[in-house]
Formats: sequence, structure tokens, C-alpha cells
Amino acid sequence: MPGKAPVKKYITANEAVAHAARLARVEVIAAYPITPQTSIVEKLASFIASGEMDADFIKVESEHSALTACMGARMAGVRAFTSTSSQGLEYMHEMLAYSSGGRYPLVMANVCRSVALPWSIWGDQQDAIQQRDTGWIQLFTETAQEALDMVLQAYRIAEDHRILLPVMICLDGFIQSHTEELVEIPDQESVDAFLPPYDPVVTLDVDDPHSISVGGFGKHYAAWRKEQQEAAERAKEVIVEVGDEFARIFGRHYGGLIEAYRIEGAQAVLLTMGALVGTAREVVDEMRAEGKAVGLIKVRAFRPFPAEELRQALSQVKAAAVLDRDCSYGYEGALATDLKAALYGLANPPAVLGFIGGLGGADVPPERMRYMLERALSVKKGAPSSAEFIDL
Amino acid sequence: MKLRNVSKEELYRCSYGCAGCASVLAVRLTLKVLGRNSVFVVPANCISTVSCYYPQAPFFVPMTVMAFAATGAALCGISAGFKRRGREDIHVVGFSGDGGTADIGIQSLSGAIDSGYKFIYICYDNEAYMNTGIQRSGLTPYGATTSTTPSPCFENRPKKDMMRIVAAHDIPYAATACTSYPLDYMQKVEKASKVNGPTYIHVLAPCPTGWGFPPERTIEIGRMAVESGMWQLMEFEGGEFRITHTPRRRRPVAEYFEAQARFRHLRLEEIEAIQREIDASR
Ligand SMILES: Cc1ncc(C[n+]2csc(CCOP(=O)(O)OP(=O)(O)O)c2C)c(N)n1
Ligand code: SF4
Repeated sequence: MPGKAPVKKYITANEAVAHAARLARVEVIAAYPITPQTSIVEKLASFIASGEMDADFIKVESEHSALTACMGARMAGVRAFTSTSSQGLEYMHEMLAYSSGGRYPLVMANVCRSVALPWSIWGDQQDAIQQRDTGWIQLFTETAQEALDMVLQAYRIAEDHRILLPVMICLDGFIQSHTEELVEIPDQESVDAFLPPYDPVVTLDVDDPHSISVGGFGKHYAAWRKEQQEAAERAKEVIVEVGDEFARIFGRHYGGLIEAYRIEGAQAVLLTMGALVGTAREVVDEMRAEGKAVGLIKVRAFRPFPAEELRQALSQVKAAAVLDRDCSYGYEGALATDLKAALYGLANPPAVLGFIGGLGGADVPPERMRYMLERALSVKKGAPSSAEFIDL
Repeated sequence: MKLRNVSKEELYRCSYGCAGCASVLAVRLTLKVLGRNSVFVVPANCISTVSCYYPQAPFFVPMTVMAFAATGAALCGISAGFKRRGREDIHVVGFSGDGGTADIGIQSLSGAIDSGYKFIYICYDNEAYMNTGIQRSGLTPYGATTSTTPSPCFENRPKKDMMRIVAAHDIPYAATACTSYPLDYMQKVEKASKVNGPTYIHVLAPCPTGWGFPPERTIEIGRMAVESGMWQLMEFEGGEFRITHTPRRRRPVAEYFEAQARFRHLRLEEIEAIQREIDASR
């Protein structure tokens, strides 16, 4: 392991993300304030003000412009960073699809928060889930350390010439953004060894002029979209590959697209994304100690969706309880839907029970997690499932 | 800049623009001044639509098609990126229509000017959303019909005063122009290119298709706009406005109106009222 010993500090996930952007040698930052994301950009602004970071901070008047400016910086061949939450992410919506279709390797941190109406500044994952089909790679994190590590990995994934897609690192509002944890901040030398300078495929180059991000009719349009889909599928391998390489340098490994926790011989498995995984681990440990055959799957990649990994992990399981911190109104939670689709065609698929909870910052205490797992344990195989609101 | 010095090189050619399109002319004139050391950002509008469908590539400088509302922000990002790479010599040019500037893109433009980055934002003003079929914009003049202000109704609000809006940002340099006065326009582009900060040029670009006149009259119609006082050529610099061209003869606005289908429905009293307003504003 090159370089000096890494620093350990009690910091929030937001501060951890800011350190990651600094260590990634980001040169252009454009972001707009919104709770619970704001402290990321404040921290970055203070890094620049103190000279700890050499970057341009573009003062923008909205999130739509923040993401556009990051795209502009990429067009000029420079690494950029932005972060947002909730209304801000929704406000970016047009540019999310625009930048993925244009194959811009952007990296953004989204500090997940509920969306209005009703107003709530508190956490859930409705904001990120609503952007599911914009073509971004969406990776969810559990801890401040994972948020830092994944922002660094995101640059490698996005800029990989086999991928060239934007990556959204999701962290949970307040649970991660405003809670201090002990975080190891890597040293610059090791990060440089892991993350080489940006090597763009095409820029606005006056010596080699191209029209970029143009239009296309019928066949061309479809061909580009197919390439995009292939790149998004390919990202499954690259995410794993980058995670393995990160582990070799930094000694931390998070398990690829999903992390299966104590699922050996499990009859019921709880699936969720983000910081609530921490609670779920403890509940699984407790129930295992009581002799109950339960396990946990932390879904780390939401797009690309780890369908094959989930099929394998759940092929012997009787029932899967899915905790979604979002709802596709008129249907159910998004992870529940995607999981069911992934299991389609399995010879003996587990029953899928959909639960919706942790909305608008509601706590999901261990008893609720236990309740979901107990429900899954007692369900009959193949029994119909629903979108049950557990916060009430 | 003298006419005889104007570059003969065409860096924008073979677009699908209509015959007699002054917006296309504005792109050509801009590139004659700025040359190959420039990059273009063109949001959704006529110019991107007649230039950007693969494999067509009429721009001989790097260009990107931008989302309708996002020109200003894209200019900032690109300019910041070039600054980081020590390439502040490259001209970063936005080429946005009247709708993309005065309506949906006004917030992004405002933010971009406020950011202080170096760019040239050119608003080519054909006075309506032409690309989508001649709908009114905030820069459609009072009295004109469009497909969303059809006769017997017509646009009942005055043209937004973009010059005062950008001037209120304390922009280092801004100017109005018209494609029928190419030298005046090109001089202003040249001036803007030498400013180390945000600049704005608003060029009136007559549109035969949307305004309803034959393509061979494009230049004449632009001259009539200026001679009638419907459009003025000016600069804003150092906090002061300055008229850069005073027509030798003043035309009655009725002549300008009669030459175009979009004003045909106006009654005599309405034309007289507009004439009185122009006279009063002098
Ligand atoms: C967000 C968004 N809304 C609407 C459109 C549809 N649209 C494309 S071009 C255009 C009009 C452009 O008008 P203007 O900026 O005046 O340029 P012109 O076409 O007249 O050259 C519209 C409404 C769009 N592309 N994006
Ligand atoms: S509609 Fe008008 S502005 Fe658009 S290409 Fe035709 S002439 Fe030019």
C-alpha cells in the first residue's frame, strides 16, 4: 500500500463525500444548496477557499444549471462534481437524461430525501427512485465510509471507456448526511494510484472539431440507445471489477452489486437499500441467534439492476421481504417490482412481500424489520404480496 | 474591422435552413469574425434543428446541441473547463433563439452573466418560436400574429427589453445588431470576443417563413426594421448605452408592417398608435 498512513476522523457522510471529490482532483464544482445536501458543497467551497483544493466553483442559479455546467466542464475535458437532493434532483430531471444519452461520465452525490408535496426535508428515497429511467448508474451506500469510497469508485466506473455513463452515488438524508461516523480518509497518493487523470474520448477540441451531442433519426437514434443499454449492462462487470481493485489498494470491499448477509439456509430474506441496512443487519443477527432462518440482501446497485445476482441469491429462499423507501403510486415500491421481474421464470420463486416504510424521515426501528421478516417466514410460497405501509 | 478584411472562409455551410434565413446568416457572420478558435453551444431552436441531425455537420468548429433552457450554464461550464486547461483564448459562443433567451433560458442566462465567466452569448432574434411552428415568444413584438396569437387577436404585450435586463446585471459588454448591417454586427462580435468576461449580443434576424415575406427581401426587411425604429442598433459598455447607427432616413412603420404577413391584420389606428410610440421614444 503506497503513501502514508490514512487519517481517521469522525465526520458525516456529507463531509466524507466532499473529501472524496477533493481526492478525486475534481477541477470544476457546480452545485446549489438544498437540505440535506448543502454541507457537501459548503465543505468543498471551504476546501477551495483554504487552498486545500484547486478547483473552480461555479456559482449557479439552479440545479438544472449545476448539472449542465458539469456537462460543460466535461466537454472541455475536465473532471467535475455536483451533488443535490430531492427537489433539486427533480429540477435536474431534463439534464439527467440529457447527460446520460450524451454519454457524459458525470459523478453526482444525491443525498436522498422525500419530495414535495407534502413538504418534508427528511429522508426517504423517492427522489432517486423517480430518476430510475434517466440512464444514470445508481449506487446506494450504507455508511459514511462507503459513501466516500463509492464516490472515488464512481469516477473510475463513469470514465471507463467501456462505460461512459453518469453515476449517482446515493446516501440517505440525515441518517448518513448528518451523523458522524469514524471514517478513514485515504491519502492523495493512494487515490492517485487508483484513479488516473481524466482521459476523455471526445471534447470540444478546436484542433479536431466535432459536432457532439447531436440528433439522430430512426435507425441512428435506436443504435445509439442500444449502445447505451449495452454500456449500462456492461457496468455490472465494471462495478465489480472497480470494487475489487479498490479493495486491493484500500482494503475495503463492499460486495459488488449486492451484498448477501447471512443468507445461507435462510427461509426469509429482507432486501433493502441504503442506510437502513445497518439496522437490518442487527435484526438478522438477533433472529439468527433465536434460531430463525433469516438473512439480508443489501442492494447496492439499483441501476444497472442486479437481476442475475438476485435470482441466484434467492433461488432457495421461501420468501423475500422488500423494504422500499419509495412508492410508485398506483402500484408498489420500485425495488419490489424490479425484484419480482428479476425472479420471473425461476422454477420455484420465493414469494415477494412488498413493504413501504421510512417515508418522510420516519424511523424504521428494529421491531418493524423483525415484523417484516416474521411475515416473510410465515407466508405461504407463492402467496400474493402487497404494498404495505409500515410507518403507520 | 473593414469589409475587405472579412474572412472568405465559410465555417458554417450546407445547413437545412430556409431560403433567405437571416439566422443562418448570423451564424456565418459570427464565424467569419471568430474563426476556428471557437466552440458553439446551440440549444433547441431553428439553428440546431437545421444543423445537428447525424450525419449532417455544417459547423466546421466544435459544437454541441444543448437543452433548450441550458445555454448559459453550458457556457459557464465549458468556459470554466477551458480556464482550467489554460485555454481561455478559445471563444465560447452560445447561439440561442429569442425563446431560448428571453423565455425558458433567461434564468440560466442570468446565472451565467452573474458567474463572471468569459463567453459570448448571442441571441438571434426571429421574434417567435420558429422551430416549433411560429408560436409567440417574449420577444414577439406588439401587434404581430403567431400561431398562438392568431388573427384577429395578436401579441398584446411589448417586446421584452433584453438589453435593459442584461445591463441590470452590470454585464461588461452587450450590444444589439441586425443581420442587415453585417459590418456593425461583426464589429460587435469582435469587440465582445476581446472582453474577459460575459458578453451578450442580440441580433435581429428576419425570418421569411415566420414573418411572411419572400426570401429575397430578408436584408431589406431587416433594414426597414431599423429605419422604422422598430429595432435600434446600440451598445452597452461601461454602464452606458450608446446608439451605434442612426438611420439617415426614417421610414414610417406602416411600410415595415405592410411588407410582412404577420402584421397584415393591423388597423390604421393601431398602426398610428405604434408610430406615435416609436416617435415618442426617440
Ligand atoms: C424544455 C423544452 N420545452 C420545449 C421544447 C420545444 N422547443 C424546441 S425549439 C422551441 C422553440 C425555439 O424557439 P427560439 O428559441 O425562439 O428559436 P427559433 O426556433 O425561433 O430559432 C421549442 C418550444 C424543448 N425542446 N425543450
Ligand atoms: S423558420 Fe425562419 S428562422 Fe427558422 S430556418 Fe426558416 S427562415 Fe430560418
